[in-house]
Amino acid sequence: MLSFVAQRIVKGAIVLLAIIVLNFFLIRLAPGDPAVVMAGEAGAGDQVFVTQLREKFGLDRPLPEQLFLYVKGILSFDLGFSFRQQMPVSKLILDRLPATLLLTMTAFTISLVLGILLGTLAASWAGTWADTAITVVALVFYATPLFWIALMAILLFSVALDWLPSFGYETIGANYTGFAHILDVGAHLIMPAMTIGLFFMATYARMTRASMLEVKRLDFVKTARAKGLRDKVIQRRHVLRNALLPVVTLAGLHSGTLIGGAVLTETVFAWPGIGRLMYEALLQRDYNLLLGVFVVCSAMVLIFNLVTDLVYRMVDPRIDFSP
Amino acid sequence: MPSDPAVRIKDLRIALPPGGERAYAVDGISFDLAPGEIVCVVGESGSGKSMCAHALMGLLPDSVTTETGEIALEGCNLLALDADRWRDLRGRRIAMVFQEPMTALNPLMRIGEQMMEMFEAHGLLSPRERRQKALGLAREVGLPDPARIVRAYPHQLSGGQRQRAMIAMALALEPAVLVADEPTTALDVTTQAQILKLIRDLQRSRNMAVMFITHDFGVVADIADRVVVLRHGQIVEQGSAQAVLIRPQHAYTKALLAAVPSMTPPPRSPLIDRNKAVDVIGIDKTYVTSGGWFRPDRTVQAASEVSFAILKGETLGLVGESGSGKSSVARLVMRLIEADRGTIRIGEVDLTQLEGKALRDQRRRIQMIFQDPFASLNPRRKVGQIISDGPIAHGTDPKLARQRARDLLGMVGLDGGAMERYPHEFSGGQRQRIGIARALALDPEILVADEAVSALDVSVQAQVLNLLEDLKTRLGLSMLFITHDLRVAAQICDRIAVMQRGVIVELKTTATLFAAPEHPYTRELLAAVPGQHRPVSLSA
Amino acid sequence: MKQFWKQMSRNPSGLIGLIILVIAVFLAVAGPMVFPNSPWRMVQRPFLPPFTLSSVPLGTDALGRDVFAGMIYGARVSLLVGLVSTLAALAIGVPLGAIAGYFGGRIDDALMRFTEFFQTIPSFALAIVLVAILQPSIYSIVASIAIVSWPPVARLVRGEVLSLRSREYVQAAIVTGQTSRWIIWHEILPNALSPVIVLASLMVATAILLESSLSFLGLGDPNLISWGYMVGAGRTVIRQAWWITVFPGLAILISVLGLNLVGEGLNDALNPRLARDGR
Repeated sequence: MLSFVAQRIVKGAIVLLAIIVLNFFLIRLAPGDPAVVMAGEAGAGDQVFVTQLREKFGLDRPLPEQLFLYVKGILSFDLGFSFRQQMPVSKLILDRLPATLLLTMTAFTISLVLGILLGTLAASWAGTWADTAITVVALVFYATPLFWIALMAILLFSVALDWLPSFGYETIGANYTGFAHILDVGAHLIMPAMTIGLFFMATYARMTRASMLEVKRLDFVKTARAKGLRDKVIQRRHVLRNALLPVVTLAGLHSGTLIGGAVLTETVFAWPGIGRLMYEALLQRDYNLLLGVFVVCSAMVLIFNLVTDLVYRMVDPRIDFSP
Repeated sequence: MPSDPAVRIKDLRIALPPGGERAYAVDGISFDLAPGEIVCVVGESGSGKSMCAHALMGLLPDSVTTETGEIALEGCNLLALDADRWRDLRGRRIAMVFQEPMTALNPLMRIGEQMMEMFEAHGLLSPRERRQKALGLAREVGLPDPARIVRAYPHQLSGGQRQRAMIAMALALEPAVLVADEPTTALDVTTQAQILKLIRDLQRSRNMAVMFITHDFGVVADIADRVVVLRHGQIVEQGSAQAVLIRPQHAYTKALLAAVPSMTPPPRSPLIDRNKAVDVIGIDKTYVTSGGWFRPDRTVQAASEVSFAILKGETLGLVGESGSGKSSVARLVMRLIEADRGTIRIGEVDLTQLEGKALRDQRRRIQMIFQDPFASLNPRRKVGQIISDGPIAHGTDPKLARQRARDLLGMVGLDGGAMERYPHEFSGGQRQRIGIARALALDPEILVADEAVSALDVSVQAQVLNLLEDLKTRLGLSMLFITHDLRVAAQICDRIAVMQRGVIVELKTTATLFAAPEHPYTRELLAAVPGQHRPVSLSA
Repeated sequence: MKQFWKQMSRNPSGLIGLIILVIAVFLAVAGPMVFPNSPWRMVQRPFLPPFTLSSVPLGTDALGRDVFAGMIYGARVSLLVGLVSTLAALAIGVPLGAIAGYFGGRIDDALMRFTEFFQTIPSFALAIVLVAILQPSIYSIVASIAIVSWPPVARLVRGEVLSLRSREYVQAAIVTGQTSRWIIWHEILPNALSPVIVLASLMVATAILLESSLSFLGLGDPNLISWGYMVGAGRTVIRQAWWITVFPGLAILISVLGLNLVGEGLNDALNPRLARDGR
């Protein structure tokens, strides 16, 4: 297994490198002077800053050299400087990363658990009104744009009912500690996490339902019945285990969309993560920051993909650890 | 054996959902299963034999309903049972073995665990005792290295081993009745012989009543004590194996038995002074699956130094089990896959040297008939198009090509109206005829038949084989006939090449091969063919 | 063809989806002629609630613009962007996948590495970056959506072509001497087409979601009004004027839902026919 992990890490590193190179060319794709582009709207006014950038990235030198300098910079975790925020980009990202991780991991767990639960229920009640209801709900959530779910949630729970706070990570100025702090963060976390969670729950529910119905028809389920096993045992040990395999694959495929969802959700709820950072970079036309966040997002997706692939190979004995 | 029947089926009638081909899957069936007896239920596809087996286990699909009848197991009527009583019975008094061992086992559970489930389902024994039992069962069914097998997953075992494991599972609780639904159909002939022997031995030692579903009369001859012949859901004939096989009463039974090819090759005049139609010299083909950076590559030798020649007008048979490489050789000769080394000559032309248009032009001389009648015709093209596509590609005028297609359909026994219909409107045997017409459309010199009759019922198989022989003689064709069925090979091949793991181990005239096989593998193969040792009618 | 419609009609949800789509297309095409109010013009006082004035049935926004008019014109943008970007993604993905699947070997490897690379990059993030760098306009939006959407198409087509290539009737075509081009066109693509059609309808839905998300973040074409933009503009005033965010969002929901239903209906309609053909 170790060789498999090593190979995948190396492959992932190559992909990341390619993304960094892509970034490099994207900057040059933007209209205007690359140095001005990298300085961002705010920094473009400051001539000293622009000249610094021009020197640092060797914008007067031939292209291959520029590429080398750029890649070298990123690999040593120097993602540039944000003039507007007056901080190195890497520090900005590191500050905000934990919040995004908290949000996405919570959302992922919610979506997986709820999705599998609902999908299993729908499969066992297949054909009844309950099944149709679950399918319709899943369809609707799947068709709704994330930012709209977020806004409707705010409208309902913050504006109309005033149950939950509508923005931020914690209540400002309250200075909670210990358990009270956790509760406070939790209250702020519910809506954003549910927003993302409900959207993906729909996909997992439908996949689980379809997969379970398909597995139920397979021969080994008949064998299990021929042994005289109880239905519940058959469901759990034979049907569910096999039916969940495609769901694991699906989870891996959706890792990229999860990050995208984080951008929208964090923007609406003013959640202090890297998604919101991306939005701020957009507003400020701070391309350096934008691309820095982009690289980090890609790295997160790569890691997530590796983990799901590993999990899949561990769960399905038919696939060994050869690439 | 005058003992009470273990199972008595009376007037069983199972209705199919409305709108199907017929109203009843099983229409008024009655027969008994006695302890210590193997009853073979024979029939072609769609005869309802599989439904019988499932009815006995209470595993009928939801879409069918049991209308009337009774199935009495040791006195109590199974059809009147509720779900809990059924569950109690299943596995304990009556057990089942299925056809496809790969799909019948849960791919995510170890073999031993699946065996232990049998005990767990009925609340018997402690986990440690169950494990011991599982090991014992594995040993009893002849699985090599039981300790390792018990910890293995289904995909790590061979087909024969998986079937043994399934049998072990079925016998775990020592049921009185065993239902076997085509358990050896998916296995190689040598493996089949071993499994049949295993079932016979176990049945004898435990005095079980066995219901054995099959379509293969050879198998019936080998293991049946009594025979029940089904057709369209009705019993056409039943009796002791001796009676049914040697003195069949019903016309259908007689026809079925007559359609089974005999193991004795007919006398054939030797072919002398003929040119070679095909000359295959030294073909090598190895499949390599890469192991990545850290592991060695996996190699499979599909063909190794394969050489043979087919004379004009001759039929050469290529026989072997799965993995022998015979299908690969067929595809290599057709240049559907590229050989690593070697030459293929058609007449004077070296096929292996050609490319592009030159190759396409020469392709018309050697045509193929495929195995799967359902997958070998494009479902979106009409039959007339399918047959005339080939000639049109080689420059024939479309109108002429269509006329020729009509003529060919007539030659293979289908009417001209078939031209405008789609493949899904035809039966398996008819689609195979269309495939033959397509192959003949280009006026080839050589036909390669890759298991062309293996997917057909035995009666249809006989018809298609006759058609092939007739066409071959009429049109002066040579044929490379690939098959795993030695009976078929005996009847239509002039010479036979036996393949094992990519190597031709023996190549002789048919009569010589059957009378005096030299290579040990050939001997093993011939001995494994079922139905040779019992009743005369199958060896005549 | 007749069988196809029979299958579709047996599927109520597919029909509902189709009806929604027809209405949406009708509004997009004929709307501006029937409801001539320009969405940019100030027609009433700002923040007029919905259902109060019949000339502005869905109220007005912060600048007094007609919300209903905005939705009609927005339909044009969303549907157009959805359709064009999907077509562009198909134009990239289908040939790539077909070539990779048919020729296999090194070509397949190279093309698949390329596809995988694009699939690993988080698609929405890349879309944001592309539109931001290329400056927001309808062209950059269509291009970005196409660029992030083509990998699944290529994968699907490659998979279909691969499985079809080893199908016996394709081998029969090779054996009877057909050229590669003829085989791909006559034997492979017609049989590979149905999953692609299903995927295409789902892709239009995803494209609409992507476009509205981009517009929401302010990356929409500044000269065009779109549903996402309206929701984004209404975000800050959600407490006073809920209708500015609710109605355009509903429009997105219903259109995407309609497309998804049509896609699933197509899936059911096209597959059983093949299943029957195969047996």
